[in-house]
Amino acid sequence: MTINTVEMRKEYFRDERDDSLNEVGQPTRRQDILGHVTGRSRFYDDHAFDGLLHMRCVRSPHHHARIRRIDTSRAEGMPGVRRVVLAADVPRNLNTLLSLINFGRDDEPLIAHAKTAYIGEPVAAIIAETEGQARDAVAAVRVDWEELPAVLDAEEALAPGAPVVNEAWPHNVFEYHDKYTHQKLRFGDVESIFRRNDLRVVEGRYQMSPIEQAPTETCGAIAAPETNDRYVCHTATQALFFSLGTTAKLLDLPSSRLHFIGGTVGGGFGGKVDSLHEPLAVLGAMLTGRPVKCMWDRAEEMQVGAPRGAERWYLKDAVAADGRILARQFRGYFDCGAYTRLSSYAVQKATAHLPGPYTIPNVHADTYCVFTNRTPATAMRGFGVTGVDFAIECHMDKVAEEVGMDPIELRILNAYRDGDMKAHRRLAKNCALIECCHVAAEKAGWPLAEPYRSMSSLRDGGGERAAIPQTATDEDGRVGSAPPKTPIRPTSPLPRPAAPMPSVRPAPPVAKPRPVLDPAQQDAYGQPIREAPKAPLPPSPRPEPVARPEPSLQAAKPAEPYKSAEPFSRGTKRPGSGRFGGLSGMRRR
Amino acid sequence: MSKTPLQFRLNGAEKAVFVEAGSNLLDVLRRGVGDMTPKYGCGQGACGTCTVLVEGRPRLACLTLAETVSGQHVETAASLSDGPDLDPLQDCFMEHFAAQCGYCTPGMLMAAKALLDRHPAPSREQVVEAISGNICRCTGYEPIITAILDAATRRGRRAG
Amino acid sequence: MRSGCIWVSRHDGAVMAVTVETYATAEEAGRALRTGGDARYLGGGTIVMRAINYGDQSFRRVVRATDPALRQVRAQGARVEIGSGVTMAEVIDSRELAFLAPVARWIGGPAVREVATVGGNLFAEHPYGDFAAALLALDAVVTEVGGATRPLEALLSARTRGTQPLITAVSVMRPEAGAFRFAKVSRVKPKGVSVMSIAAWLPQQGGRISGARIAYGAMAATPIRTMGVERALEGKTLDAAGIAPALSAATDGLQPPSDALASGWYRREVAPVHLRRLLLGEAA
Repeated sequence: MTINTVEMRKEYFRDERDDSLNEVGQPTRRQDILGHVTGRSRFYDDHAFDGLLHMRCVRSPHHHARIRRIDTSRAEGMPGVRRVVLAADVPRNLNTLLSLINFGRDDEPLIAHAKTAYIGEPVAAIIAETEGQARDAVAAVRVDWEELPAVLDAEEALAPGAPVVNEAWPHNVFEYHDKYTHQKLRFGDVESIFRRNDLRVVEGRYQMSPIEQAPTETCGAIAAPETNDRYVCHTATQALFFSLGTTAKLLDLPSSRLHFIGGTVGGGFGGKVDSLHEPLAVLGAMLTGRPVKCMWDRAEEMQVGAPRGAERWYLKDAVAADGRILARQFRGYFDCGAYTRLSSYAVQKATAHLPGPYTIPNVHADTYCVFTNRTPATAMRGFGVTGVDFAIECHMDKVAEEVGMDPIELRILNAYRDGDMKAHRRLAKNCALIECCHVAAEKAGWPLAEPYRSMSSLRDGGGERAAIPQTATDEDGRVGSAPPKTPIRPTSPLPRPAAPMPSVRPAPPVAKPRPVLDPAQQDAYGQPIREAPKAPLPPSPRPEPVARPEPSLQAAKPAEPYKSAEPFSRGTKRPGSGRFGGLSGMRRR
Repeated sequence: MSKTPLQFRLNGAEKAVFVEAGSNLLDVLRRGVGDMTPKYGCGQGACGTCTVLVEGRPRLACLTLAETVSGQHVETAASLSDGPDLDPLQDCFMEHFAAQCGYCTPGMLMAAKALLDRHPAPSREQVVEAISGNICRCTGYEPIITAILDAATRRGRRAG
Repeated sequence: MRSGCIWVSRHDGAVMAVTVETYATAEEAGRALRTGGDARYLGGGTIVMRAINYGDQSFRRVVRATDPALRQVRAQGARVEIGSGVTMAEVIDSRELAFLAPVARWIGGPAVREVATVGGNLFAEHPYGDFAAALLALDAVVTEVGGATRPLEALLSARTRGTQPLITAVSVMRPEAGAFRFAKVSRVKPKGVSVMSIAAWLPQQGGRISGARIAYGAMAATPIRTMGVERALEGKTLDAAGIAPALSAATDGLQPPSDALASGWYRREVAPVHLRRLLLGEAA
C-alpha cells in the first residue's frame, strides 16, 4: 500500500480550497530534466576556459592559532605557480554575510592574517597552471604558528576565562542589535507554574552534532576577465546575489563590474549559501588577468565547508496529571563556530518556533548564538528548527513516559487547535497535528484510545485558549538585556549548575502587579518591549479539559488499530478561517 | 612541459591527446577532450559521479590513470542519446523523476547501463547493488531504482 | 635499469608532480620500487590515484607492471594462490575462488571492484582492508617479488615501517564447505565503509571446532587475528553455550580505533554481538 500524501491532503482540505489543479498535485517533469539525463546541464565547472588557472588555499591545521610568519618563498619559485595570494591582496578583508542586509558585525576575513580560529581557515592561496602544481606549492608554504587555547563547546565558550574566539565578539556570543546577548521569548509565567506542587516537572538535555550537507558537487567558482572591465563568475552558489554582494564588498568593486552566472547547482541543501569561492576566484582573475578556478576537493568540503551547527537544548516542563503541559522552559545554545555566517538568523528562527506545535500557556526561552573554534556553521534544510524539533519531540516522549501516557495521545492532547493563542501572540490556524497523529497511528497500526481518537483540530480550540496570559518580564518591563561586562553564564534553574544571568532578573513574586504585554505591539523576542497600559488580568491560563476521562485511559485502549469513523474534513465554519481566509491567506503555517 | 601521448576511443570516436603524468581519466575527459558529462565529486572513488565504461565495464574515471585506457573504448553519458533519440534509461529517468540536481545523473546512468548490458532483466536487488557505489543526495534512490527497472522492461521490449 | 620499461612519462623541470613508470614484468617493477625510496606501486589505483589526486607529497614516482602472471589464480593442493593483481570483480567471477566471492562483493561498489586488487587490499589503511581480514583468517601467505614468502600477519605488522616489497601473490587455505564465514558491519545500506568486519574459518572435527582462525577488519590499525577468540573456540560446539567464552574474549587485547564511523568504545561494545551472529549463523 502506498501512501499518497497528495490525495490525503486533498481530502482534508477539500472544503477549503480547490485542489483539482493542472500542475499542483500532478506528476510532472522537471523543466531541466532533459539536460540532466543527457549530461548537458552545465554546472559551474562545465564551463571551459582556455588558460584556466587553479587556485588552492593554504589552511590552518590548528583550531586556534596566531600566525607569526608566512614563508611563501619556496612556493613562489615552483613550476607553474603564477601568483601567491595573501591577506594584504584582499582590498577589504573583513565581512559578514548578513551585513548585506545590515545585520551583524563584519567578523570574518577572506584570508586570515593575524590568527585563525578554526581548522582549515585559509591563510594564503596559490594560483598555478595545474591543480597538481597548486597542491605541491601549497605544501611548500611554511607557516610559523603559535597555537592558542581553543574552545570547542558552546557552554564552555560562555564560561569565565574562555578564550576569545573572534575579536569582533569579545564575549563569544552574538549580540543582537549590539545590545542583546540572546533571543528571548516570554509568554505567561513559567516560574509560578514550576512552584506549584501538584505538577510533575520533567527536565531534559538534548544535543545535536554538526551535520555536513555533503552536496555531490563540491563548492567552487570560476572567474575570468570579461569585456568592458568586468569579471564573469560561474559559481555553484545557492545565493547568487549574496555571493555577488559579498564579492563586491570584499574586493571593493562596484557590483556592476561583476557578471555572476549560477543557478545550476549540484546539490546545496544550505551549504552553498555562504560560499567564499567567488571572491577568491574573482580576486585571482584580477591578480593574474586569467581565468581562475577555486574549487574544494571532497576533504575540504567536509572539513572546511560550513555545516549545520551543533546545538544543545535544555527543556523543563511542568505537566499536569492528565498530561497537559502547563509550562515549558527552554535554554538553547547554537554553536555557530568561529564566524557568524547565518547562525544569528538560525537562532531567531529557532526561538520563533517555540514551544513547538503545542498549546502551552506558559513558555520561556533564552537562545544563544555562541562562537567556538569549530567550523563556521550555516544553513541546512529546516534551518534553525530541526535541532530544537529533535529536542522537543524527544522531550515529548520523555514526558509521556514520566506521566505514563501514550506518546501519540500526549501529542494529541497538547496539540495546537484552531483559534489557540501561540506563544508569539498569533492565533493558530489551519491546524492539523491532531489529524496527522490520527493518520500516522492508523498507518502504523498504533492503537489510540478515546477521547484522543475523537479529538479534532477544529473543536475545543480558541475561547479561553486564545487568551494572552499575564506575562512575567524583567523589572524594567523589558525582556531583553544588554551585553554584560563579564562573560555570560548559563541561567538557572535548568539542569546544569549555573548562576543566574547577570542582567536578567527572575520574575518578581506573584503578588506584585506586573506589566502586561500588549500583543499588538509585542515583538515577542529580543526587542525592548514597550510597557502597555495596565489591563485587566487575562483569564486563568487554561480551561479545564472538556469532559475528559481521568487518565485510566491506558486500560481503555482498543485492541485494534485506530481507524477514523469518517474522514477528517475541513469546513468553512472553522474558527479563524474568516479572519485569516482569502485568496492569499491560506498559507500553511 | 613534456606530456605523454594517449590514444583511445571515446563513444565510438578516435581521440588522441597529450596527458600529464599521473593525470586521471576524469581530467582528460573533461579538460583534455571536452566531454563534460562525467563529474567530479570526490577524487577518491567514494561518490560514483565520474562513472564511465571502459571496454563495457564500469570504472571510476577519477581513480583511473589516464594512460591505462590507451587503445581502449571509453563510454560516457554523452554516448547514450543519438541526437533527439534517447536511451530508454534516459526516458525512464525523466518519467520517474529520478534526478533533482542532476549532478549524479550521468554517473548513475552509466552504472545502470553497465548493469543492463550484462543483466538485461535484473532483480531489484541487482539494481540496488549496481548503483551502490553511486551517491545521490537528492532523490532518496527510490525513483532511480524504479526508473532502472522500468528501463530494463522497455529495453527488453525493444530488443524483442 | 629501465631496459624493460615500456615507456616513462615525466615533466621537465626540477620539481615535478609525479612520473609514471610502466614495466612488463613484476621483477623489473620490483627493482624500480626499491630504487630511490620515492616510489609507490600502483595496482588498481584506488589507493595511489587517490593519493595523487590529493597531492600526496610522500612519493614522486609511480611504478606499475603489466605482467600477466600477477593476474593468475592457481590451485595448489589444499591451498589456492591468487595473483596480487587479481581484481575483486575477477574474484567474484572465479570458480576457484567461490568461497571468497561473498567477501569481494563487500568491497566498494561495482566500479571499484573492477580495479581494486587483492594485493592492494593488503595495503589499504583503516577502515579499509576487509578482504585482507578474510585472507588472514584463511592462513594467508604472501609471496614477494623474487619468491620469498612470509605469513600475511608479518607483512601487516610491518606495513607502516618503510617501503614494502612488491607482493606478487597471496596463497590461502581452501576452506571446507560451510567452514568459512564473513560479515561486514556498515552503517550505510546496502553497503558502506566498515564499522568492522569479521572473518571466521571454523574447521570442525566430530562436531567440535578445531584450529579456528578468526580475524577482524577495522578493529585495529591493520586487519588483525584475535587469538583469544580462537583459543576460546577450541574444542567447542557452535551453539550458544559453546561460543559463550569466545564472546567474552571478543575484544581481548584489542584497542579498536575511533574514526568518523564509530568510536573505539562502540566497536568494542558491538563486537561480541556481531561475532555471535556470525558464529551462530544468525541474520544481522
